Amino acid sequence: MSDLLALSAVEARAALDSKAISATELTTAYLAAAEDTAALNNYVLLTPDHALEMAASADARLAKGEAGILEGIPLGVKDLFCTTGVRTTACSRILEGFTPPYESTVTANLWAAGAVMLGKVNCDEFAMGSGNETSAFGPAINPWQGPDKLDLVPGGSSGGSASAVAARAALMATGTDTGGSIRQPAAFCGVVGLKPTYGRCSRWGIVAFASSLDQAGPFTRTVADNALMLQAMASHDPKDSTSSSMPLQDVAAALGQGVKGMKIGVPREYVMDGMDQDVVKLWQQGQDWLRQAGAELVEVSLPHTKYALPTYYIIAPAEASSNLARYDGVRYGLRVEAGSLDQMYEATRAAGFGEEVQRRIMIGTYVLSAGYYDAYYLKAQRVRRLIKQDFDTVFEKVDALLTPATPTAAFAVGRKIDDPVVNFLNDVFTVPANLAGLPGMSVPAGLNADGLPLGLQILGKPYDEASLYRVASVLEQAAGFTATPSRMAGGAQ
Amino acid sequence: MSQLVAGRTGDWEVVIGLEVHAQVSSKAKLFSGASASFGAAPNENVSLVDAAMPGMLPVINRECVYQAIRTGLGLKAEINLTSVFDRKNYFYADLPQGYQISQFKQPIVGAGVLRIVMADGSTRDIGIERLHLEQDAGKSMHDQHPSKSYIDLNRTGVALMEIVSRPDMRSAAEAAAYVRKLRSILRYLGTCDGNMEEGSLRADVNVSVRRPGAEFGTRTETKNLNSLRFIQQAIDYEVARQIELIEDGGSVDQETRLFDTATGVTRTMRSKEDAHDYRYFPDPDLLPLVVTQDEVDKLAAALPELPDDIRDRLINEYGLSSYDASVITEERETAKYYEAASAGQDRKLVANWMTVELFGALNKSGEGLASCKISPEMLGGLVGLISDGTISGRIAKDVFAEMFESGKDAADIVEEKGLKQVSDSGAIEALIDTVIAANMDKVDEYRGGKDKLFGFFVGQVMKQSGGQANPGMVNQILKAKLDG
Repeated sequence: MSDLLALSAVEARAALDSKAISATELTTAYLAAAEDTAALNNYVLLTPDHALEMAASADARLAKGEAGILEGIPLGVKDLFCTTGVRTTACSRILEGFTPPYESTVTANLWAAGAVMLGKVNCDEFAMGSGNETSAFGPAINPWQGPDKLDLVPGGSSGGSASAVAARAALMATGTDTGGSIRQPAAFCGVVGLKPTYGRCSRWGIVAFASSLDQAGPFTRTVADNALMLQAMASHDPKDSTSSSMPLQDVAAALGQGVKGMKIGVPREYVMDGMDQDVVKLWQQGQDWLRQAGAELVEVSLPHTKYALPTYYIIAPAEASSNLARYDGVRYGLRVEAGSLDQMYEATRAAGFGEEVQRRIMIGTYVLSAGYYDAYYLKAQRVRRLIKQDFDTVFEKVDALLTPATPTAAFAVGRKIDDPVVNFLNDVFTVPANLAGLPGMSVPAGLNADGLPLGLQILGKPYDEASLYRVASVLEQAAGFTATPSRMAGGAQ
Repeated sequence: MSQLVAGRTGDWEVVIGLEVHAQVSSKAKLFSGASASFGAAPNENVSLVDAAMPGMLPVINRECVYQAIRTGLGLKAEINLTSVFDRKNYFYADLPQGYQISQFKQPIVGAGVLRIVMADGSTRDIGIERLHLEQDAGKSMHDQHPSKSYIDLNRTGVALMEIVSRPDMRSAAEAAAYVRKLRSILRYLGTCDGNMEEGSLRADVNVSVRRPGAEFGTRTETKNLNSLRFIQQAIDYEVARQIELIEDGGSVDQETRLFDTATGVTRTMRSKEDAHDYRYFPDPDLLPLVVTQDEVDKLAAALPELPDDIRDRLINEYGLSSYDASVITEERETAKYYEAASAGQDRKLVANWMTVELFGALNKSGEGLASCKISPEMLGGLVGLISDGTISGRIAKDVFAEMFESGKDAADIVEEKGLKQVSDSGAIEALIDTVIAANMDKVDEYRGGKDKLFGFFVGQVMKQSGGQANPGMVNQILKAKLDG
């Protein structure tokens, strides 16, 4: 069974096509693996019946030679994606028991490509958090452990996605990235995570956090798997006005193209106090790998980088405060009865939203308030444009940027949750790409002194995911990252 | 024209601005594919987007955008090729999203103008400040259950045009004329059905008073008036209330008020202090709304002739009075009817017959022009009989009444009933001789200088003829006989 779990998606697809394995076998193995790693709390809902049915259909299509590009590949779905007939809560009490009668465009695309849903994976409540610690279902745990064997966070908000893929409880998983929610957990769990260009994947049917920043993307164990999954997820969707009609490049072909002749920028602002020295070393190592592979490394400057975090923490909560107004107890989800309509709203939202969500709703409401709008929201929008201009300027000279994914490796559960500002710092390297709408990818590239995975981030031009895959592929090969976490299905527990 | 209102301490000038909400005529809602039709069972026309289900996104309905542009063109307003949808945030049970998508800083239509015509035929140009698109809210029903409110989301998300005037009106009559004219333009364009009872057109009325020539006074806003009568009543009430308040040494509070249709009184809904902070910001689910000049030009080219254009034509080419021309062109159907009825006839006479006799009869019977038995050609036929002297205007009134009842042709009625005007001078002379012979005393008085008696003789002759004698000939022959 552990052999099945060791297959990459590309390998599994080949084995399925050659009938060496069946989708049902593969799905059964992953369902068992999910049970096996239940202590990591990375699934909030397993859907075995659903999964086996889908696997049986996949086998039927495989038999008829009608396989889609993800035919028979079992994956986890972040609980932010609405799935027809399957409970979807955004890991919030306020959506307790909510079962959507509709399917998000991204998951519909995945099922159309033949993928099999194992269940819904854990995340921060409404994707607000950097450690998956704000989930109403309790924290998801990172399958990696340091020498002290403490429980580590898998990162967030897509912590369940990263944890499940790393622990081999899912072959791939969907995530969403608003300020780093795919790339940071990917780095913390030693897997590959892509935040595509804003507009690349439809937002329709994904519970919204911050509409102008949210973007869905794939979690996989290899770069090639990632490209495969992106091809299935991406589409132009007329139901999402911000969805792009720019066709996806041939990302599979990009994998083998190498980086010879590419210009890779190294932004000098991507350093901060308290940064792990192993991260700095790995970043240097990454530059060397790319240089050796024939790329030209160029130091560049993104002068407004230091304003990205404060800008993000104005814009994201502002949009969230409005996006979350619909959770009012009137039509679905939790309702706490109270005297008047206003009292019902207050009681429902006080009981339904966790502390971090409430904090962001309050921040967002504040920055949009009369008298504060200009000083906060409007100014943040202006700075956002400057940050975008920084990238535009730099991308006139380089093809992609190489940065660390996170300032440190995964931290212990509970260590940072009490200080929201420290938590926010996790996103320092990832947030600018969301503000500028750029694609960004985290690739596992090494371990720190404690044996925990570290990721390198590649940022690219809008709609140029292909360049990210070219660079990521080279890094993956050079790094030869084969380490596995201690709490992996079928592995040493 | 002075429209000042006299108070105890002197004259006051009234300042009125209107915000009209006009429901866009469209098959689907502004941001969802659900039907925008009126009269469906509760919550029948509700899409996942309207109900604000998690993860649902708005997609603009281009037809609603075109309707707004057509309206803007009809108001001779500037069309903004780029406009922005904002969110207006507030909580209410019939507002599922927790915000209304509206246009705050960058509306689709900018400044324009609307010409109103008063009863005396005078015209005034009222400035249009802007027109923007926004979503309607749902409906809360508080009288269906002892302790609960019912919510109907059919109207949720239906497209509205909010049309904001400049504070250019100076009386309730002008405000009513403005709404009537706006409604007329919307109906000509087909961009709003203008049905006030069904709520397709409602007005918020901003009223203030000031001493003539002084700065604007503090205004109040009275919400949601859905008839011309209520608009005028609410304004009159507010004007009287504000003048009294100020003259008693008080001051007007800037506030939102509600109009009680039963009592004709306005009362405070919320004060300025309780005003919502709507936290407007650009809706991140929508890109800025961009239209091309080419699109605008195409819409402009396909625009129908508008009431002002027809009105000018009726005045300049047909010689109608300003007021008649306005009345006839208020509705597109009426104008069409008039054009058809007056073709080849005395244009002014047809206008007269339409505005006085036809509208009077329709008013009395409560019918609309569409169901009227008198077709435009039939009315033209009747006027033709008057013009060529076949019947007198007096007889024509009887013929008209019969036409209105039976739907028969004027010529047939005249023929059947033998109502043809007598223009035979011999017959008229004989009648006159009879009348003179029977009233010799009056003839003497007349000849002795009592000129006024001439009317008496005309009346007698007409009576004798059963109204059929040609009045012109009666006048002429009678004068010759009496003066001779």
